[in-house]
Amino acid sequence: MAVALDQPDTIDAASPAPARRRRGRAEAVPYLQATPLFLILGVFLLVPIVMIAVVSFWDYDFAQMYPGFVTFNYTETLGSWVTWKTYLNTLKYAAIVWALTLTIGFTVAYFLAFHVRSTAMQMVLFLVCTVPFLTSNIIRMISWIPVLGRNGLVNSALVGSGLVARPVEWLLYSDFAVVLAMVHLYTLFMVTPIFNTLMRIDRALIEAARDAGASGRQILWNVILPLAKPGMAIGTIFVVTLVMADFSTVQVMSGGQSASVALMMKNQMSLLQYPAAAANAVVLLVLVLLLVAAILRVVDIRKEL
Amino acid sequence: MHHEKRTFEFYALAAFFALFVLFLYGPLSAILILSFQGPDGGLTFPLNGVSTHWFANLFERQAVGDFGGSFRRSFTLGLLVMATTVTVSLLAGLAFRRRFRGGTALFYLSIASLVVPSIIVSLGIGVLFSQLGLQPTWFTSAFGAHLTWTLPFGVLIMFAVFNRFSPVYEEAARDLGATSWQTFAHVVLPIILPSLIGVGLFGFTLSYDEFARTLLTAGTFNTLPLEIYGMTTNVTTPVLYALGTVTTLFSFLVILATLGIILGLARRRGRAAA
Repeated sequence: MAVALDQPDTIDAASPAPARRRRGRAEAVPYLQATPLFLILGVFLLVPIVMIAVVSFWDYDFAQMYPGFVTFNYTETLGSWVTWKTYLNTLKYAAIVWALTLTIGFTVAYFLAFHVRSTAMQMVLFLVCTVPFLTSNIIRMISWIPVLGRNGLVNSALVGSGLVARPVEWLLYSDFAVVLAMVHLYTLFMVTPIFNTLMRIDRALIEAARDAGASGRQILWNVILPLAKPGMAIGTIFVVTLVMADFSTVQVMSGGQSASVALMMKNQMSLLQYPAAAANAVVLLVLVLLLVAAILRVVDIRKEL
Repeated sequence: MHHEKRTFEFYALAAFFALFVLFLYGPLSAILILSFQGPDGGLTFPLNGVSTHWFANLFERQAVGDFGGSFRRSFTLGLLVMATTVTVSLLAGLAFRRRFRGGTALFYLSIASLVVPSIIVSLGIGVLFSQLGLQPTWFTSAFGAHLTWTLPFGVLIMFAVFNRFSPVYEEAARDLGATSWQTFAHVVLPIILPSLIGVGLFGFTLSYDEFARTLLTAGTFNTLPLEIYGMTTNVTTPVLYALGTVTTLFSFLVILATLGIILGLARRRGRAAA
């Protein structure tokens, strides 16, 4: 069930020889097979994004949108200090959550891949990590409330043990809670691709490094880490794009005290200001695609997988 | 390297892993326990008696929301998305085994589907439907919105599967006179079946729990995650935890059943080979 990226070219190269015999009819087959995917992504991804780009230039009032070509959706958004602060706040979440999930994710994947000895045990422990990923995000988010709340488990323990005199207020409904919940929700997206690349590392390379006199730390730093880069890059793409798109975690865990770009969009949408939300969507989309492109520049996934 | 004594590094990492698992499951078990809160109990510990009051409450008529209806919709939608994801990913996986024009572009479109923020997909489909004069419903617009999230996973898993798939078996089948349909149905399909079941599990659970993409696309009737999200802001009793416990147990059941099927297939295959 591991998610793996594979370069399409290598699959093409595996094209079976007998296929060549019936060239005429076989030529059309891949196109027919790819059509459903193309149609669905075309109708529900490409066209809607084009639609957003168009609508972002439309005029609107409290009730409806008016086709046209105005640029104030952009100038209003980009000219506002609040917008810039929101973008910076979202990027701040992305950076912190990225650093934490990368560290935790790599450590967990490294333990699973190199320290758990039997394959069966590896798979069981990996599944233990994966199962929460397949349950509801919102439930996992609200499950922090009885833990972090004013009368929650952590505060009861702290007060009970006499460490603090009064319950700590910043545990819930704070930036801390937002980051904690995001790490909780998204670390698995880091564990899976890194585990996948670590499992593919040829164990002979590590034997060779050890025979050549490398210490454990040197093996980790000079052999394993560089080879784990593609997995780390894929995990990074997942985590960064998920955090950049997040509004529910920010809304629930900050108790409405913090903002993110997607939450700003959601508020505009609930006020029926679709063109303004669309302009924000275009800016956010460009930002996310630039980030992904930057990650792909650091590590060439197509080449390394 | 597998015969050395356990090092300090091992124990440190094992402790870290144990903490990580506690971090993953600890809060979930907190709401599991609190859902058995007594009738007078609140949203936090301590337990004020033990009862199934809040579970019973869940199946009574609610002041806010419609739990049964939204569960039925989410379940049906999950099955629809699952069937579509399995079929479309399998076909696309087969297509990508050969070189075809536009293949690389389609591959990147699938990747783009993963990275485009979910709320943008929701907004785009919502605006598109309203401009076309169509009423958004959970089985049309929300169905399509969910597919933009499940299909990339399915397609990537199929890529990985077919990348490791040896064409030798197909050639052998053809040499024995099998038609291309027979080769597919009796050779290719049984080999990739466990992965297809995995894709199905992804399709179902990702759709069943999807929330952001449903926001503007569900139309009049809520799906279960939308219902729960609504409850987080206006429900202040442990009925919220009861609902959380029930849906989480349901997810666990689905996952366990799927793993059971995959293991059963593997065992049967092992016996056939022996």
